[in-house]
Amino acid sequence: MSFFTKKFLASAMVGSLLAFSAHAATLNIHNGGDPTSLDPQKLSGDWENRIAGDIFEGLVTEDAKDNPVPGQAESWTISPDGKVYTFKLRDGIKWSDGQPVTAGDFVFAFQRLVDPKNAADYAYLQFTIKNAEKINKGEITDLNELGVKAIDDKTLEITLENPTPYFINALMHYTAYPLPKHVVEAKGQDWVKIGNIVTNGPYKPVEWVPGSHVTTVKNDQYYGVKDLKIDGAKFFVLEDQEAALKRYRAGEFDIMTDFPTDQYEWMKKNLPGQAHVSPFLASYYYVVNAQKPPFNDKRVRQALSMAVNREVIGPQILGTQEPAAYSWVPPGTANYGEPAYVSWKDLPYKDKVEEAKKLLKEAGFGPDHPLKAQLRYNTNDNHKRVAVAIASMWKPLGVEIELYNAETKVHYDEMQRGQVEIGRAGWIADYNDPDNFLNLLTTGVSMNYGRWSNPDYDKLIKEGNAERDIGKRAEIFKKAEQLALDDSAAIPLYYYVSKNVVSPKVEGFVDNIQDIHRTRWLSIKE
Amino acid sequence: MIKYAFRRLLSTIPVLWIAVTACFFVLRLAPGGPFDGERPLPPVILKNLAIHYNLDKPLVQQYLIYVGDLLKGDLGPSFASEDFTVAQQIMIGLPYTFTIGTAAFLIAIIVGVAVGCLGALYQNKAPDYILSALILVGVVLPNFLIAPIMQLVFGIHLAWFPVGGWGDGSIKYLVLPIVVLALPHAGRISRITRGSMIEVMNQNFIRTAKAKGIGPRLTVMRHALKPAMMPVVSYLGPAASYLLTGSLVVESIFGLPGIGRYFVNAALNRDYGMVLGTVIFYMVLIVFLNLLVDIAYAWLDPKVRNR
Repeated sequence: MSFFTKKFLASAMVGSLLAFSAHAATLNIHNGGDPTSLDPQKLSGDWENRIAGDIFEGLVTEDAKDNPVPGQAESWTISPDGKVYTFKLRDGIKWSDGQPVTAGDFVFAFQRLVDPKNAADYAYLQFTIKNAEKINKGEITDLNELGVKAIDDKTLEITLENPTPYFINALMHYTAYPLPKHVVEAKGQDWVKIGNIVTNGPYKPVEWVPGSHVTTVKNDQYYGVKDLKIDGAKFFVLEDQEAALKRYRAGEFDIMTDFPTDQYEWMKKNLPGQAHVSPFLASYYYVVNAQKPPFNDKRVRQALSMAVNREVIGPQILGTQEPAAYSWVPPGTANYGEPAYVSWKDLPYKDKVEEAKKLLKEAGFGPDHPLKAQLRYNTNDNHKRVAVAIASMWKPLGVEIELYNAETKVHYDEMQRGQVEIGRAGWIADYNDPDNFLNLLTTGVSMNYGRWSNPDYDKLIKEGNAERDIGKRAEIFKKAEQLALDDSAAIPLYYYVSKNVVSPKVEGFVDNIQDIHRTRWLSIKE
Repeated sequence: MIKYAFRRLLSTIPVLWIAVTACFFVLRLAPGGPFDGERPLPPVILKNLAIHYNLDKPLVQQYLIYVGDLLKGDLGPSFASEDFTVAQQIMIGLPYTFTIGTAAFLIAIIVGVAVGCLGALYQNKAPDYILSALILVGVVLPNFLIAPIMQLVFGIHLAWFPVGGWGDGSIKYLVLPIVVLALPHAGRISRITRGSMIEVMNQNFIRTAKAKGIGPRLTVMRHALKPAMMPVVSYLGPAASYLLTGSLVVESIFGLPGIGRYFVNAALNRDYGMVLGTVIFYMVLIVFLNLLVDIAYAWLDPKVRNR
């Protein structure tokens, strides 16, 4: 039998099987990109998280509102010094092949995550665990030195380097999912192939056609299987949003996880109540190279920041109502309360421009000596629109901007090498905590493209992260944020919004700040 | 003929090697690396990744490792897809691309030749003008414009076909992408056929056939079609390689899991292994298709056969 014949027969058989097992309660999700892997330690994108979070479950998981709730752990205790977390696993939790999920599976997964030979992109998210970074750097070679221990099959103890108030939130991340030790050891790299893979989440994957879709069905071994109202999901790969919207309109998708912004008005009229635009824990900003004259002058950076009319970006330039950003940490971030804001936030725009002109004049720039700068962004229609608009906002100050766009890989490569005067960047939170944003401005981190450096700021961040009291920690962090804003460390422009389109027949979809909507909380109205 | 084919295949090996070598080094010269992106990775992670993929070794050593693996038939790993090697991905995507591409190719030939012949037979008459106008639309309008229009009309408003996806692979899912893919090629084939047919129909042996009282349909089928096909066959090689390597636009718009998007996506992602893998695959395919065209040429033209 030829390869093609085999392939088609296999497809036809899978198709038939799925057709037999398909109910009306199969959720069709437009998921954007192709997943890199089904191995939760090989992922880095939100589209991958949607699949991974349906088929795996960590010690802690998300509820419909994205709040942390017990997952594979039924409870946990934290030591008085905030460094030792002891988790009690639920009774009777199993992998999809019926094998029990044990504390050893978690130990195995964390050790594999930080083992340098596995080169997990996101291992650094769990560097708060004792010795994780040292092991990943190769400074410690014994994986058993990692601060994750199985006291017995039902008890897991995790020791941290320092008290970390957001650790429970970080445990919701896919880097903290357990792995089926018995399968990974038996199958090696192929453990993740359909047919071999076993999972511990509400669903299990049964089909993956790269470039097309991943299909999941209920995991009968999941402790909460009786509560699942949806039998399975199909996560479709489709990066063309216009095409995705057409498929949604034709009823081929129940949920779209993004949509073309220029269709928003049309959708509001023609698909009433179906387009969900909601605050999202992510920030869009410009970095200014603080190491390079004249941008090392705070007055120049502040002038550029003040002259941006943020109020028009969301409503008029993008059309999806992205809120103007005057803080570094987006509002609504957990463990923080109200963020710090730039002191000139509430000035009328005209006054902001006047003040900006004055600052530039003080810095030695004016009509006879214009400030010339290059503004770099990665190729994308929205980035271009924003850049063109901002360049025109800076024009009255006598600032001459040269726009320069490059593909994403090149753009970020150049940004990291400091070859930027003003550059576009964005950050989507890994975990819901101010530290995730404030860390972007600390000295020496890869994401600090503007290379702004302030020892007081670094000290405050360190101090905040060592503070166990959430209230006090927030105060320290707010001081740091205010310091960065007063110094115009970067130019926050707007907070992202999540953009979903949800069919009226889907129930239980709750807009939340991290845009995480697990299938287990949804149902389909027939 | 077999000796000729074998010689042709052998002569492509140095070409293939030069292409792979050039591609390997040019790719590494391109700014940006496979792990650059909106989320920069800490140096320790980058170091681990470099070791994992041999990117920490000198470039020449990396090249020798790659060529060594290639000689063993291993196209290497893909950075963008951890669960499938480059070869596995190509083998998974190929049936989809081949199904759509082959169908589009056959439809383009049948429709193109038929329309071209009709245009030639009714030269400068109403059917010729109407068909020429329709064909012009097919040739001029790009895929990225025709595809959404067809999705809108036939998928949403008339609901005759699914808007996209492969579904269960049944014909209703394939109609729109096949038509969109076939249309421009059908247009070009029909124009080539029409021009060639008009030229052949004015030649002496056709006049002789007509003088013998053979009807126009028989004249075309028995005498004119074969010689008129020569320029069409020349076009079929590049057309087949275009259709069988997949279309980025059509596969992206219809959400099909073929290989059309591999090369562009891999180049943008600096997925070195996948870029090289697709280059090798495309080249082998093009060589093979050109060989088929040459064989078809020899069948059509006795002068070529006896050379």
